[in-house]
Amino acid sequence: MSKATTKIVYGIYDDDDVLLEGIKSLQNKGIKIHEIYIPFPVHGLDKALGLKETRISKLAFAYGLFGTTLATALTWYTMNHDWPQDIGGKPAFAWYMNMPAFVPIIFELTIFCAAHFMCITYLIRCRLFPSAQPQNPDPRTTDDKFLIELRTEQNTDDLISSLKKSGAMEITIKELAS
Amino acid sequence: MSDHYEAPIREALILGDKTYHDITKDVARPVETKAGKLWWIAFLIALSALVWGVGCIFYTIGTGIGVWGLNRTVNWAWDITNFVWWVGIGHAGTLISAVLLLFRQKWRLSINRSAEAMTIFAVVQAGLFPIIHMGRPWDAYWVLPIPNQFGTLWPNFNSPLLWDVFAISTYFSVSTVFWFMGLIPDFAMIRDRATKPIQKKIYSILSFGWGGKAKHWQRFEEISLVLAGLCTPLVFSVHTIVSFDFATSVIKGWHSTIFPPYFVAGAIFSGFAMVQTLLGIARKVLHLEDYITRKHIEYMNIVIVVTGGMVAVAYISEFILAWYSGSPFEDFTYFSPGAATGPFWWAFWALIICNVLIPQALWFKPVRRSFFWSYVISIFINIGMWFERFDIIVLNLSHDYLPSSWTGFLPSFVDIGIFIGTNGFFFVLYLLYARTFPVIAQAELKTILKSSSEKHKKLRDEQGHH
Repeated sequence: MSKATTKIVYGIYDDDDVLLEGIKSLQNKGIKIHEIYIPFPVHGLDKALGLKETRISKLAFAYGLFGTTLATALTWYTMNHDWPQDIGGKPAFAWYMNMPAFVPIIFELTIFCAAHFMCITYLIRCRLFPSAQPQNPDPRTTDDKFLIELRTEQNTDDLISSLKKSGAMEITIKELAS
Repeated sequence: MSDHYEAPIREALILGDKTYHDITKDVARPVETKAGKLWWIAFLIALSALVWGVGCIFYTIGTGIGVWGLNRTVNWAWDITNFVWWVGIGHAGTLISAVLLLFRQKWRLSINRSAEAMTIFAVVQAGLFPIIHMGRPWDAYWVLPIPNQFGTLWPNFNSPLLWDVFAISTYFSVSTVFWFMGLIPDFAMIRDRATKPIQKKIYSILSFGWGGKAKHWQRFEEISLVLAGLCTPLVFSVHTIVSFDFATSVIKGWHSTIFPPYFVAGAIFSGFAMVQTLLGIARKVLHLEDYITRKHIEYMNIVIVVTGGMVAVAYISEFILAWYSGSPFEDFTYFSPGAATGPFWWAFWALIICNVLIPQALWFKPVRRSFFWSYVISIFINIGMWFERFDIIVLNLSHDYLPSSWTGFLPSFVDIGIFIGTNGFFFVLYLLYARTFPVIAQAELKTILKSSSEKHKKLRDEQGHH
């Protein structure tokens, strides 16, 4: 049984504007772009690729709420419940009466949780961790080259000519290691 | 492309005939080349200062706080002065990367990485002082709300000193994370260029496998924006809470509602001055003349003039209120006729000259666009801001409510040694950073090459675009 192997075609561009034009021309021909590797965030790329908006900021809000809750619970438990004390003439009657003194703690823990948990989520979602294998197929894409990755199980000639026409300066073909 | 259009009246932020690849090369150069003689000399001086400081810290801990110049009346002095000074310096970095990101200021991109490094290193120095001041630094963990052997005796959340613990540790950790998230793509750039195996290995670990996928860049930009939004109130909260250490007390001169905004303005003032001091050297030594231009210096000097003005207004209002109140105790606060003519007159006038008078020279355009004068003035501001904290703490305490306990203050050699040590530690960290880290956020800087570089502005002119 012979299974059609997936071939990977890399088109390398040396300018961000040419890349954007290239993406448009490829998409007009109905070619699906598998991935883009670029050295810096190119303005307008999200729209050109039709990327969905990221939800990470909404998640950060939720993490922040968690921090607020945590700080509220912490200050209530330690100051009002577990061992209430009269410190400096400020008796610990009820949390809401002591609350003004807890605002700084609540604020800091909110920021702390929102920032750190958001960054951890970001690293996990992007599969970034210490000493991970570089994700980019060509080392020049962190310098000044822009790479479009296409995949096909059919003949690659079509893709190559389209990439060439769209302004790619260099094209390489690889077989997907299975 | 009209996408990259920027009004021609705006000065170029990247000079010379630069391409994307040139930016890569210029940023990677200090990492890839060997350190020069100048770097080694500076490093050894900083290292010996650090060693001296460590010696003084061990002497303090081994013998006790009595080796300092403190006394029963002036019970906070040199150490807390240094703490507040270092925290203040640690304010510019996050302000530059967070607030200026929210305002979409492109000029932040050449300086934000180094300014943030400075912030983090300065907060490290600041954190040392309260820990040493505890006397038993091995018990420092008592400030954390963890169940303990005393039958769940909790730290006092009503205390501004505990707020400080939370504020500074949050500020330090969030700033470090913000800095590191931005560094990942730049570490990847160095990884992809590295030829030496050990270097390649180290930067592979640090770059977390970054490859620059489109989706990842989208998330990167989103978290940068959210982190900037979180860091902006954070940066203002930190020095506000530091000022609460004083403002919520009942000491005359400290018990003042003006403190929070005035401390924040002072912190930005001193932080920007320290950025000017460091970049003045780094620009030359690391050959970043094309990226840190006169325009960058000028923008920073404008921030210095504005925040310096706010600080000066606060000084004047404190002075007038002390005089107008007619209270004899108010005449011994750090801003009062009594302070200007009393035993600490030199500290009072050092503050006025360094912080109020000298920075006014920045109103003149040739001065604020001059690298030399910016550098000189920044040194004066650093000194002036140190004296501000010294005045607030020592002057106010030295004449308390009981005239029989009035006294002066003189630092001991240990006090001075620890201060020199923290300066050494700061520069050791900064010098190591300058040789091993990408000192400019090169990935983000590349996004403005086509809009704000001298080359592309010229190209647009020639094509008669707009």
